[in-house]
Amino acid sequence: MQLTNRSKVVSNKEQSFMESLYLPAIAKGMLITFSHLFKKTPTVKYPEQTRPRAAVYRGQHVLKRDENGAERCTSCGLCAVSCPAEAITMESAERKKGEENLYREEKYAKTYEINMLRCIFCGLCEEACPKEAIFLTDRIVDTEFEREDFIYGKDKLVETVTERIDVSKRQTLEVAEFKKIPGLKHNNVFEGKNLNKGKK
Amino acid sequence: MLSFIIYKAIVCVCVFGLSLGVAAYSTWWERKFASFLQDRVGPDRAGPFGLLQPLADGGKMFFKEEIIPNVSNKFLFILGPSLFMITALMTGAVIPWAKDIVIDGKAYSWQITDINIGVLYLLGVASIGVYGIMIGGWASNNKFALLGAIRASSQMISYEIAMGIAIIALIITAGGTLSLREILAQQDAGVCNFVYQPLGFLIFFICALAETNRAPFDLPECESELVGGYHTEYSSMKLGLYLFAEYINMFVSSAIMAGFYFGGYNFPFAHELYNALGLQEGSIWISLIGFGAYFTKTCIFISVFMWVRWTLPRFRYDQLMNLGWRILLPLSLLNLAITVAVEYFFRGTIHF
Amino acid sequence: MLLGYTITQWLFGILSFLAIMFALMVVFSRNPVNSVLYLVMTFFCIAGHYLLLNAQFLAVVHIVVYAGAIMVLFLFVIMLMDLNEESEPQRSWLNKTIAAIAGGMLLFVMVGSLKGAGDLQLNQMGHSDIGLVKNLGKVLFKEFLFPFEIASILLLAALVGAIMIGKKDIK
Repeated sequence: MQLTNRSKVVSNKEQSFMESLYLPAIAKGMLITFSHLFKKTPTVKYPEQTRPRAAVYRGQHVLKRDENGAERCTSCGLCAVSCPAEAITMESAERKKGEENLYREEKYAKTYEINMLRCIFCGLCEEACPKEAIFLTDRIVDTEFEREDFIYGKDKLVETVTERIDVSKRQTLEVAEFKKIPGLKHNNVFEGKNLNKGKK
Repeated sequence: MLSFIIYKAIVCVCVFGLSLGVAAYSTWWERKFASFLQDRVGPDRAGPFGLLQPLADGGKMFFKEEIIPNVSNKFLFILGPSLFMITALMTGAVIPWAKDIVIDGKAYSWQITDINIGVLYLLGVASIGVYGIMIGGWASNNKFALLGAIRASSQMISYEIAMGIAIIALIITAGGTLSLREILAQQDAGVCNFVYQPLGFLIFFICALAETNRAPFDLPECESELVGGYHTEYSSMKLGLYLFAEYINMFVSSAIMAGFYFGGYNFPFAHELYNALGLQEGSIWISLIGFGAYFTKTCIFISVFMWVRWTLPRFRYDQLMNLGWRILLPLSLLNLAITVAVEYFFRGTIHF
Repeated sequence: MLLGYTITQWLFGILSFLAIMFALMVVFSRNPVNSVLYLVMTFFCIAGHYLLLNAQFLAVVHIVVYAGAIMVLFLFVIMLMDLNEESEPQRSWLNKTIAAIAGGMLLFVMVGSLKGAGDLQLNQMGHSDIGLVKNLGKVLFKEFLFPFEIASILLLAALVGAIMIGKKDIK
């Protein structure tokens, strides 16, 4: 049965005289390469030109602050658990009095490190985060000379108060609305009994 | 006498500089041309269009670590690349680049020396060039290098025969002279030699590819089986000399092909052009235009070398030897026989 | 004129000195590869002598054939057999003495015969054009046509024979 019309029947017939000269075949090959002289190059000269990236491009991470400039992350560790590459580590600490403008919840991440060499930029941390704290952005991770420099700490991850990083396009409107419903622990929908029951 | 020495010294320096400059920019053009054939951009970071890339490459070559294997014969190890470079540069001495300039009744030629056995001189220097590769490959004390050297030398010797016979046929049509100056001058009036010697040109071209160790005949430095061939153990500028000399060889053989078969500094309707411009015989402008024509032809041939390299895959070694001995050699003998017959019976240029 | 000799005579002297020196180095050097390379240098010096005699054709052919082809084959064999200083056999004193005496006698005979040849009428250096391609061709095709043709047929037969051996497929 013929599946495609590109298939060729293999034959083992003797070379004809013209074929054994090789010259027509060589000329044919030379013409093929010559025709490529006039074709457009698809190269993008990277630092000067960049390819357009989607708004949901999964690049370097950012740790968001809330409207008042307090860090959203509460160091729950869900991102670290969900990370398939085990690139995320963190240490928690308790918020002291007078730090309410720095951290939104009572618990916060004292250190928060992402190893960019391990990270596969899958975006699972972003999906796991219940506090809207971690997002992937369309920025590209810089190149470094040392391995240690690829372990990004809070200094590189947390956005500054003055220069906010816009992530509003990363969520569909429905999801954003869904997450806004007060009193709903939306992660319970996935961890709740309904789903697990069905599997058991 | 002194003015003659100064004039010859200037010509020497010019030819030397031209060879080196063209070789340097061949490396750039090779990469650029390859990138065009493969729909890429090629080197474009150093200077506009990457034009400073040869300087960057040369600088890199100079500053790389120099490694001399301590088991090898140190003197011969250094002698190898030097010899290869010297022979490559020597071949350019007999090429007449343009018509003579006449100043105050004295003719100044664009040629280092016109010896009446110029063609033989070229063959002789080419045959000495094998030593650079052989000595270097052997002194490396490395089996891959030795194999590469042996491949290179046997390949060059094999293809020299067919090349020599093709040249003999050319010389017969060119009126029996061995001087390059006269071979180029006799194409001035009539048509270029390619018209009389198409088969000879094809043989010469294939042999030139093999002689300069260019793809598809670059088995001496076949990476897939011999690491780096005869220059496996070489590093730094000594490797640079080997690579550079290959490009000089390519430049000189392109110039020889352009001169032997395509008229060198002559081009169609040259005399009409000179008359229209009102130039006298011996004017410097005639020389410059002629030189421009010759140089353009040479550059086209260099590009063809590269075009072939980036199109055809490498031969297997037995295929290479088969092509040299079983096909090109009988073919060149046939070409010689036909040439002699035609010259004797139809053109009557041979007398006994 | 330097010290009473012409430039040609100076060149002759230097080339002869180099030729003899390199020839001695061929014999005395322990490494066979070096010997071959010294032999190539000797050939170059001899080619220089041909040039002094205005025999350009002979000089170039000498280089192409001897230095460019035959010596490369020598080098091939030596490199492939991996001969070097260690593999050079040590000859006994008896062998060396006998070789020295035999060589000395050959030298004696040659010097003697050349001494008698002093009266011969030799061409003056640099004034004969017999070595140029044109004249050589005329001599070969007029005076020595028959032996020349015989030799060329022999060489052509060898060439064709080489191709025929190559044509036979090994199965």
